[in-house]
Amino acid sequence: MISNERAFAWGASIFVVLIALLAPLAALGKFQTLEFAYVWAFAIAIVGVNLLTGYCGQISLGNSAFMAVGGYTTAIVVTRLGWSPLATIPLAAVLSAIGGVLLGIPALKLRGLYLGLATFALALSTPSLIRHFDNLTGGSQGIYITGAGKDPFGLVEAGQLTSEQWLYYLAFVFFVLFFLFYRALLKSDVGRAFRSIRDGETVAVANGISLRYYKTLAFAISALMAGVAGSLDAMATSYVGPDSFDATIALALIVGAAIGGLGTLAGPIVGALFTVWSPIYAQVIFKGRPDIAYGVLLILIMYLMPQGVIGGIGRLLGLRRGVRERMVAVPSTPFGPVTAGVDDEH
Amino acid sequence: MATDLFLVASVQGVIQQVVFGLATGGLYASLALALVLIYRAMETLNFAQGEMATFTTFIAFSLLVYLHLPYWLVFPATVVIAVLGGIAVERVIIRPVERAPVITLVLVTLGLFAIFNGLSGLIWGYVVRPFPSPFPTTPVFIGGVGISYQDLGLIGVSTAVLVLIWLFFARTKVGLMMRSAALYPESSRLLGVRVGWMLALGWGLAAGVGAVSGMLVAPITVLDPNLMQSVLLYAFVAAVLGGIDSPVGAVVGGLVVGVLLALVGTYIPNVQDLRLVFGFLVIIVVLIVKPGGLFGREHVERV
Amino acid sequence: MALLELENVVASYGAIEVLHGISLAVDQGSVVAMLGANGAGKTTTLRAISGRVKVYGVIRFDGRVISGLAAEDVARRGIAHVPEGRGTLAQLTVLENLQMGACLRRDGAGVKKDLDRVYEYFPWMPGRLSQPAALLSGGEQQMLAIARALMMRPRLLLLDEPSLGLAPTVLRSIFQIIGKINEEEGVTILLVEQNAKTALRVADRAYVLEVGEIAVSGSGADLAQNESVRRSYLGY
Repeated sequence: MISNERAFAWGASIFVVLIALLAPLAALGKFQTLEFAYVWAFAIAIVGVNLLTGYCGQISLGNSAFMAVGGYTTAIVVTRLGWSPLATIPLAAVLSAIGGVLLGIPALKLRGLYLGLATFALALSTPSLIRHFDNLTGGSQGIYITGAGKDPFGLVEAGQLTSEQWLYYLAFVFFVLFFLFYRALLKSDVGRAFRSIRDGETVAVANGISLRYYKTLAFAISALMAGVAGSLDAMATSYVGPDSFDATIALALIVGAAIGGLGTLAGPIVGALFTVWSPIYAQVIFKGRPDIAYGVLLILIMYLMPQGVIGGIGRLLGLRRGVRERMVAVPSTPFGPVTAGVDDEH
Repeated sequence: MATDLFLVASVQGVIQQVVFGLATGGLYASLALALVLIYRAMETLNFAQGEMATFTTFIAFSLLVYLHLPYWLVFPATVVIAVLGGIAVERVIIRPVERAPVITLVLVTLGLFAIFNGLSGLIWGYVVRPFPSPFPTTPVFIGGVGISYQDLGLIGVSTAVLVLIWLFFARTKVGLMMRSAALYPESSRLLGVRVGWMLALGWGLAAGVGAVSGMLVAPITVLDPNLMQSVLLYAFVAAVLGGIDSPVGAVVGGLVVGVLLALVGTYIPNVQDLRLVFGFLVIIVVLIVKPGGLFGREHVERV
Repeated sequence: MALLELENVVASYGAIEVLHGISLAVDQGSVVAMLGANGAGKTTTLRAISGRVKVYGVIRFDGRVISGLAAEDVARRGIAHVPEGRGTLAQLTVLENLQMGACLRRDGAGVKKDLDRVYEYFPWMPGRLSQPAALLSGGEQQMLAIARALMMRPRLLLLDEPSLGLAPTVLRSIFQIIGKINEEEGVTILLVEQNAKTALRVADRAYVLEVGEIAVSGSGADLAQNESVRRSYLGY
């Protein structure tokens, strides 16, 4: 017997996939198709953030740096070595994953806000690093990627697909692959280890879980996803520059992840929608200064649905989404115990 | 190579750079202090600290330029406005999420960042404006070394602000209540302390200190909505270096960062654009070697 | 009319109900002890009074309802709660702890007088004023907590297990001081104790709690002499 919850999840997924496949052909114009390509690319990056922060409890604000690695890898290899853009994606993935492992080494020693600060510093210094190594990166001018929108199968050239559609489907396919991977990962022992680390490192260690192995793994996977996302982003924009992946992007990733719902499966999709579309809609709501609308929206969501949209919906529908699973003594969240009238003296 | 460097750098030049570094360090120290104040009170960083400071600096600008009020009146008036504003922000916007997990607070302060940045742009536009300085730009010669009044003035005002804050916390009853409320909220409640209002006052003070910082920075660069962003970065570095929960550390950290940046920027070639990377490295090294910073306490993990 | 009245008070931590309808009264100027085994709900009762736990039912202080007030407002009505663990403001100095006790008061002269009186009770304090409170021994921290509560000039003093972790000699002097505070200053005291024997020596009246309900109540002397009560409830 399939429970209500699983039936709902299957139904929703099939619905979303169908719409996602058909929309660019039937309903969306060029601009919107490209924007949704960005949505799927960001969704990949946000899945990575969700894994690292929502499921493994590591507050990392540095994934924009890995997006930069991915984006610049694609740009440099396509323009200097003449590879087809699609082929650069695995390379971007590998390089970013290595970067993630490297970041993981010092990150093992840091926790909570301190980890957030250190990774944020990485995000902040990325544009400077890019500018500095200008022989490789083109410095402040950036790199223009010609032919980014062409597919290796010749469909775009033959007029069967527009380049926006090609980029959209490319991003979507990668998203689906990563989503399935991420879902499987969470169900496996690795996923259990991640959650156990999030809920209490001391207890996890007592249960024999190697912090070093799993944390490094989490950093590597999330960096890999960020790299692929950066690569796709570069293709969609046909340009990378030092400010393409700056601290604003780093913050947008964590904001998107939190708004969608950290530690929820479907959160990243909502998060990506928010990240890509809210600046546009904020412009509509408040033509003068979209920042203000964006900020107000962010704060309101944190007031009303601090678990994010998916988390909030889950609670409303009473779906068994881990709230009951964790009703032992003091309920905890990834970022500290929820004070429930308990003494908080040191 | 290194010896050439030292031959070129005269003592005079070094002193000038150190003084300049202390002056900018004072700016970083002030903003770092504001960050530390809020961190001590609620274990979270206020990402909007710089934007709030920019906003109050714009208010000062309006008072000076549109209302033609004299500087000696505008400066304290702006600080008062900032303090009241900080209290209001805490009571209205932060209070509903006071006890929320760190990530929620971080996001709310990010929202505030966007709002204040947007408001500055909305009300005053993105036109770049000069901000008057209370200090003359002529240099003063001390022992043969030319130092600008500007730098001395910065050091003086920063020092005064920091001393006042120290006195407030160490010697006044309200300061004691705030310290107690930040460290031991539950026990303080049992003594009748309204912990929520102490938190609001903390935000008010932080905003006030930020306002001072903004009014000191504005004459040096230009006044636009992105005024405090790089200062905020270095203030973060300073706060981490000194110890994120230590006011003394914030001050020392700020001065160290200021001086190091000035010296490195002047005497080591080709690294001007790597200053931020330098900041990143400092943060990483400090957090690994001594997470509490120079003066802070080690963060205790609750099991 | 009693200074403090509890009427059918029910208290819970989340889903777990700990007090199942407690009623008691504390007369002005008296010392009342609440006894019982670990987990009986004694500490919860004090927390209910001082506003740190959600309650159903009515708690009245000096005729006015205080149940539902926030902890800081209950304290401002004149109730000082020395919690389990003493609530020492560890990183602050001894003097600062005492000053925090007086932090709501506006009468500088009165505060100075009270400080002097506190120094009479605890002669070791003036010499250690600038030491961080964390460096004090258990007994000294207990005395500091009581002294700090006294600085509030409370009408009602709630003491949670003052004997915890104290050596017998220190115990005796603390209870002597508790008695003196009541007699000389007229402070009403509600005392929670596991050490029933010592508590009954100073108590005018006592309540015995068992699993969140009041099992026995009576005057201190009666309970101390009643062998069967002592054996069933008080462990001696």
